[in-house]
Amino acid sequence: MKIFFKIFLVFFLPNCFFGKQLNVGAGKPILSIKEAISKSNKGDSIFVYGGIYKEGNIIIDKPLSLFGIDYPVLDGQKKFEVLSIKANNVLVTGFKLQKSGMATLDDPGGIKVYDSKCVTICNNILDDNFFGIYLQYSKHCIIKNNKLIAYATEEQQIGNGIHCWKSDSLQIIENDVTGHRDGIYFEFVTNSIIWKNNSIKNIRYGLHFMFSNNDAYISNTFKNNGAGVAVMFTHKVKMINNIFEENWGDAAYGLMLKEISDSYIYGNQFKRNTTGIYMEGTNRIKVEKNNLQANGWGMKIQASCMDNEIKQNNFLNNTFDISTNGSVVLNNFDNNYWDKYEGYDLNKDKIGDIPYHPLSLFSIIVEKNPPAMLLFRSFMINLLDKSEKILPSLTPDNFIDNKPLMNAVTL
Amino acid sequence: MNRIVKYIILDILKNKIVIIYTLLLSILSWSVFSLEDNSSKGMLTLLNVILLTVPLVSVIFSTIYLYNSSEFIELLLSQPIKRSKIWNSLFMGLVISLMLSFFIGVGIPILIYSPNDVGIMMLLVGIFISTIFVSIAFLSSILTRDKAKGIGISIILWLFFGLLFDGIVLFLLFQLSDYPIEKLMIGITALNPIDLARILILLHLDVSAMMGHTGAVFKEFFGTSLGIIIVFIILLLWIVIPYYASILKFKSKDL
Repeated sequence: MKIFFKIFLVFFLPNCFFGKQLNVGAGKPILSIKEAISKSNKGDSIFVYGGIYKEGNIIIDKPLSLFGIDYPVLDGQKKFEVLSIKANNVLVTGFKLQKSGMATLDDPGGIKVYDSKCVTICNNILDDNFFGIYLQYSKHCIIKNNKLIAYATEEQQIGNGIHCWKSDSLQIIENDVTGHRDGIYFEFVTNSIIWKNNSIKNIRYGLHFMFSNNDAYISNTFKNNGAGVAVMFTHKVKMINNIFEENWGDAAYGLMLKEISDSYIYGNQFKRNTTGIYMEGTNRIKVEKNNLQANGWGMKIQASCMDNEIKQNNFLNNTFDISTNGSVVLNNFDNNYWDKYEGYDLNKDKIGDIPYHPLSLFSIIVEKNPPAMLLFRSFMINLLDKSEKILPSLTPDNFIDNKPLMNAVTL
Repeated sequence: MNRIVKYIILDILKNKIVIIYTLLLSILSWSVFSLEDNSSKGMLTLLNVILLTVPLVSVIFSTIYLYNSSEFIELLLSQPIKRSKIWNSLFMGLVISLMLSFFIGVGIPILIYSPNDVGIMMLLVGIFISTIFVSIAFLSSILTRDKAKGIGISIILWLFFGLLFDGIVLFLLFQLSDYPIEKLMIGITALNPIDLARILILLHLDVSAMMGHTGAVFKEFFGTSLGIIIVFIILLLWIVIPYYASILKFKSKDL
């Protein structure tokens, strides 16, 4: 008897309490998605079968679940915003959204969420849209496992991949963003997480982050973006286990921090960037156990930074490990591993016995007078650097690692 | 002329210094490429080597060789041969042998490890630098009859181009830092073949991104094919002018 009751529960309860199911597609009862939405009630599921749907702007104005079967294509014909979500509790999954219109005044996107809660957008492909997924005034939304591709060549022709504005408690997980202006854009977004995304070859920043407090981004890859990653005017951000790679160019940074405080940078890889980490006006940040490898400048830390703790990082094969623009040093650099360290360790406690000056004379000269980079790799500069290492006179003598590690930190 | 060049090259080869120089260059470049994990970095290290040792060896070896062969020159002068022909043959002999050793020592590793346009440019630049410093050696050795003085002039010229010039540039950069001096700096680098070569190569490697605004201004000039052609014309002038001055002096000199 019990088993019959269970079967009853499984098969009949959904029909009693949950919405009905509408099928859309060629040869199905309903031919257009707009029609299905207008015929549906709160909580219904709409199944859209493969094919191309050119319906202009589709607006979802009630709680619905939209399932795409065999990736139905929603085409904006370069004129319309493809999908607008203006209701809570909406699910959109399995669609291919393409060719949204382009307008700089109302920023049309592949999927745009207006003032909604609990919207889930997952497993979609967004191809050649102006903005990819755009959220404004939204809460508790999940953006998961979407692929976003765009093909612009200039900043002003294209919007951002995942654009979040004035939102709260978002989860951005496992998305791939390529070819947009900024891969992921956060402005006034709080209590959110960005996890396991790949933001590659975007025109400006891989991740652009402003006025967004109490967020975390973890295990993302930011590679080959025009200017790397920018995190600005924010406090309490956690950046953990990310990879910042090959952000190489005149004004490119692996990670640019501007006016950040009380944040934590742990376990990240910075490889082959023009500048690994650039810090300006940052306070009370802990930079711990990161790998800075093969960058032009490992870290540029301006004199406006205060009370930052940089410890147990590996500085490997950078042209310049560190540079700064002033003589004031209000940060702590103890306990790092520097591959250019030439000291010894007599008592075998794995900490070098003589302190290390990570600043090279040339990096100071260049910081004061950028055209001096002209003399890069000149023999005279090598000589000057060597003599400065032995007798520091021009570099700030308190810019020092008192306990340099003898071996690289294992991460 | 061919026969004199042949005698001179044979004489230089017998000398063994050039062979040691070739060996030295090839050890340096093979080890640089096999130690560095990427060839772009290897190129940078090699660039330093080329810009330091190649001018030094070229200028000093040529100066000493010229002084040592003064008796041979006098012997040739007693024959019915034009003075310019003798001087040209000496120049050709020295240049060909130094070029050859540069090509064997550095060129082959470059062509194996980094056979791209930067590698070829580096090869060309190295050959030009060798020739320029041979031509400078010709000028300094004709300036004075005193061997010690002549060698001294050569060493000072090498020091000036390799080291002191950059110091002067640094000084100028700081003194004139309030002015937009990038364009002026392009002109100033033309006054030193070593700097010109270094910047030309640097701008074609990845590190050019580190050179910021100045790099961008320079890249606008050096990056274009017109810029490259102009650079090589300037390098050519660096060969022609000292050598031409020396030949004028040689023609009228009482030996």
